[in-house]
Amino acid sequence: MNEIVPVVEMTDIAIGFPGVKALDGVDFRLFQGEVHALMGENGAGKSTLIKALTGVYTIDSGTITVLGEPKRFSTPGESQAAGISTVYQEVNLCPNLTVEENVLLGREPRRRGSIDWKGVRSRTREVLAELQLDHIDPGSLLSTHSIAIQQLIAIARSVEINAKVLILDEPTSSLDADEVNQLFRVIRDLRDRGVAILFVSHFLEQVYEISDRMTVLRNGKLVGEYMTRDLTRMSLISKMIGKDMEALTELDQASARTRASNGAGVTPFVEAKGLGRKGSVSNVDLSIYPGEVVGLAGLLGAGRTEIARLFFGADRADEGTIKVKGAGQKIRSPRAAIDKRIGFCSEDRKEEGLIGDLTVRDNLVLAMQASKGWARRIPRRVQDELVAEYIEALDIRPANPDALIRNLSGGNQQKVLLARWLVTHPELLILDEPTRGIDIGAKTQIQKLVNKLAADGMSILFISSELEEVLRVSDRVAVIKDRAMVAEINNDGVSVEDVMTVIAGGAQ
Amino acid sequence: MKSLLKHRLAWPVIALAALLLLNQVFRPDFMSLRMQDGHLYGSLIDIMRNGAPTILIALGMTLVIATRGIDLSVGAVVAIAGAASCAYIAGSPDPGSPVTAATAVLIAVVAGLALGVWNGFLVSTIGVQPIIATLVLMTAGRGVAQLITGGQIVSVSNDSYKSIGAGYLFTLPISILITAAVFALAAVLTRRTALGTLIEAVGINPVASRLAGLRARNIIWIVYVFSAICAAIAGLMISSNVTAADANNAGLYIEMDAILAVVIGGTSLAGGRYTLVGTVVGAFIIQTLTTTVYTLGIPPEVTLVFKALVVITVCLLQAPKARNLLSRFKAAPKPAAKEAAKEKVAI
Repeated sequence: MNEIVPVVEMTDIAIGFPGVKALDGVDFRLFQGEVHALMGENGAGKSTLIKALTGVYTIDSGTITVLGEPKRFSTPGESQAAGISTVYQEVNLCPNLTVEENVLLGREPRRRGSIDWKGVRSRTREVLAELQLDHIDPGSLLSTHSIAIQQLIAIARSVEINAKVLILDEPTSSLDADEVNQLFRVIRDLRDRGVAILFVSHFLEQVYEISDRMTVLRNGKLVGEYMTRDLTRMSLISKMIGKDMEALTELDQASARTRASNGAGVTPFVEAKGLGRKGSVSNVDLSIYPGEVVGLAGLLGAGRTEIARLFFGADRADEGTIKVKGAGQKIRSPRAAIDKRIGFCSEDRKEEGLIGDLTVRDNLVLAMQASKGWARRIPRRVQDELVAEYIEALDIRPANPDALIRNLSGGNQQKVLLARWLVTHPELLILDEPTRGIDIGAKTQIQKLVNKLAADGMSILFISSELEEVLRVSDRVAVIKDRAMVAEINNDGVSVEDVMTVIAGGAQ
Repeated sequence: MKSLLKHRLAWPVIALAALLLLNQVFRPDFMSLRMQDGHLYGSLIDIMRNGAPTILIALGMTLVIATRGIDLSVGAVVAIAGAASCAYIAGSPDPGSPVTAATAVLIAVVAGLALGVWNGFLVSTIGVQPIIATLVLMTAGRGVAQLITGGQIVSVSNDSYKSIGAGYLFTLPISILITAAVFALAAVLTRRTALGTLIEAVGINPVASRLAGLRARNIIWIVYVFSAICAAIAGLMISSNVTAADANNAGLYIEMDAILAVVIGGTSLAGGRYTLVGTVVGAFIIQTLTTTVYTLGIPPEVTLVFKALVVITVCLLQAPKARNLLSRFKAAPKPAAKEAAKEKVAI
């Protein structure tokens, strides 16, 4: 690594919010032609640091220099003008515009005062070709492309504005393996051309695959800066969580649970036969017994979420049958599912879970209140007891029932959403990516909770992109491929490779 | 003091106080109240009485807006309610009796209820966008009112009916008492039950609300019905005050004043958290403005511009962006201000 002047140097950065020091004395350097990973648990200050660099937050103290020049960003525009470009997890482009319009938005080549559309087309082609993305039609609507392609187009946009610094915030969290490879190829390509890349991800393997150097944060403070090749995974994790192996062994122990037996004569809580929906998924035969955790394994987009939504009535099934406790049922709406004691934590916390502007308390009792109806308000005293109980049981922080839920970290938001269902005492709980984007500590807690709930007799449908996790918590794994269920595997010492083989081959 | 200024009601209340003060400066007897024949008189009472219909409608509008909706039809409902009740009184065999008046009131309220059910049906069941759904009734409603009145202004002579808009009870105008009662009812209905929280949940995130098992359809239906009933009561007040039903002009543009009151009061048009108290303050600001225009002797042709200026100022003072700018002028920039925890909601 050439130890010349860093492209970005942040020194002694501090940012405070009411009651918290989000960042305290953090130094950060980013060099030309490197991929630098920013590591830390949720709430460690990664997002805050990025937002300081992109001008979303103004720093309380410290200095930021870009290419040797001291800067003070107070709006995202100022940061962009300094050559810093950001691609977020949720792509911030306009889905209703075409690819070329997005790439050149605001900087369209002009001819005699009007937009030179031919120029737009050819310039977009050039940029896409530079990134070897020739297969993307510049005239197609952005919304017709997958999230992965949309991210690549966002990157193309930053190439077009000749960004010196590219910030990728959780770019891979909704990508499948092929898409990740494609993204990484583009990232390496840009790195080799001298762009400084800041990469944030929860996937350790990806960080090791792509990054040259990493900075680790914990609780808003700097732990250190390391060369990736010098830092083992174990020592990275212990630096992130600030404890030695403790939490890691806990994670393994979480799996040491006696598997539920679904002996003959037991009625499954839910039993689906040939369940499907036109244009969505088909041919789902799946039973879940009381006290059993069933995992859904499959690539992203294989139809896992779609199946979950059919079981919960979020979408209506139009083929097949579903039986709840042996009785034939139609689940027409989430409300109907809830009445049958089914709960569902969506993978999309922000859009489908949180009521951001309401408090932890209101969010926590929402499902319970909804099933009671508006007229019968849960008395404040009962609310207080329930909320206090679950804040303690799930270790929700801050332990303040009146905090607005949008101000909580991802892991704590997830716990509140889990609690929303737990207070309704469901008999089947569907968890779609309950541990996505949350830190390792909260992840362990949630996995343990799943085991405990199942041990208490609850049926659980567990969906996760991490096969290791699915195998760790599930008694049985249903393999989903190309929008249909292709196999069911009893989890008695099955390895990730075994499941991968099934997914790859589709064999029983 | 600082935290007081951050309260979401701070700026509307300050604006109202400033307006009242301005009036006091120009007319020293502005704040004075006097008792005459057992009735309370004074400019403040006038403001409240004249503002009563707007407040009523704005209360209903607040809940509609909280669910991400809007109700443009309230002016038309005012006209229909007034037309229906006056036409009934005028056509009844005993147009002067209290029973006739009571029946007329009932007819108007039931008409409001029916119209609210219609709006709620279009929005919640058919899924028409609220602005379009209520636009239907906004335009068609005045036609309905004209059909009821036969295109004439229907005058009535019924003392009981007249007292709704112009009468007094316990020294106070009855219209103020009715408005206060509706306010109390709305406050209790939304905060003593879970209705308020569920309305906010639907307004903040409809998708998540559905997945949490909320029956958004019922909630939406309730707010449109409530809005239309409020408008019908306002229609009774307006027609009773002039003892006549004017299908063309009763409640004309009142939807705009109501929406304005809601926004000035601090409830976002984007839906979500709402404040009924803020709405009442907002409606008072609008009514006081009208009074101020007369007090200051502002020429009528400048009136609307003056109104617009005040409204823009209040809205700016509430906008987070403008507030940030202001605080930057006042002190060194503090990112904390940006993230200022959202204030507690009063009823």
